[in-house]
Amino acid sequence: MHELSIAASIVEAVTESASAYPGARVKEVRLRVGALASIVEDSLQFCWELASEDSPVSGAALVIHKLPVIVHCDACGVDSEIEGVQSFRCLQCGELAADLRQGRELEIESIELEEPDTGESQIGAPNPVEEQL
Amino acid sequence: MTTRIVELRRGILKKNDELAAGLRQRFTSAGVLVLNLVSSPGTGKTAFLELTLRELRSRGAKAAALVGDLETDNDARRLAASGAPVRQINTHGICHLDAEMVTKHLDGWEGVPLAGLNYLFIENVGNLVCPSSYDLGERIRVALLSVTEGEDKPLKYPGLFNSSDAAVITKIDLAAPCGFDRELALKNINEIRPGIRIFETSAKTGAGMEEWLAYLAEQARYS
Repeated sequence: MHELSIAASIVEAVTESASAYPGARVKEVRLRVGALASIVEDSLQFCWELASEDSPVSGAALVIHKLPVIVHCDACGVDSEIEGVQSFRCLQCGELAADLRQGRELEIESIELEEPDTGESQIGAPNPVEEQL
Repeated sequence: MTTRIVELRRGILKKNDELAAGLRQRFTSAGVLVLNLVSSPGTGKTAFLELTLRELRSRGAKAAALVGDLETDNDARRLAASGAPVRQINTHGICHLDAEMVTKHLDGWEGVPLAGLNYLFIENVGNLVCPSSYDLGERIRVALLSVTEGEDKPLKYPGLFNSSDAAVITKIDLAAPCGFDRELALKNINEIRPGIRIFETSAKTGAGMEEWLAYLAEQARYS
């Protein structure tokens, strides 16, 4: 049950990144989570609501993109996408494959912000921080 | 309203990972081999570590331990009986150790300079899930499982076993009464972490300790 610590880390990281865009509201947070990352999705969603409440990212949706395990086979050189996490074998030749190429990810991929219209282009560098009185 | 997508591509545990990288550098420059011991509660990590510390000391090696638990310093007192310097980390409810806790407890550890050690063992909080996400700067992560827990433990907790560098089966003196299927356990570990070094031990009889100590000595040479 470390999902609460994980959720708190996401809140912290997103708050920090979103602070470069004053006035923007965080609408969505997109994660990449490997099958071996030991994360229970429902539990993380539940903890996300708790951790984000009363924070600058409150109300943002958490979208979890799950990544399957991919192993590289030393025997035949093929990469295999493994179904589940019960056996790490090459799908081509059946050999055990220890070389993990994907599956432990625990990353924030991107955030979606909603910004008030300023009439300026939204592409490129963040808006300069305006002096506020 | 306008929508903007900002690519972040950052690890959720980036802060922990950065601290762990700093620790790893400290351990490497001090020449100390650091191991992170992870298992369920009751596997026998403390008994295994007690014997390891005692054996290392009797061979003239300098070893120390940090031990994590939610509450109490019972394990630290048990381990300290080996004569090795031991420090307890109480997490007060947190189910794993993280790099910050390790850093804090190393920094305030009077009289135990890293450079004077050959080995530092970090006994994690008893938990097979959460510790697997937190790098502590260790060079070797050890997953332990006892013969009383069932041969399918590695299949149930692949996150930990797959990220470990060595596996230790404990309490093998109880293998027969428990009906422990050794071949199946070895096969299951190997399915999840192909090629991993596996040690079959008993802290009660001392079985398997020679191989384990030889492995430690061999690994320490590269520290």
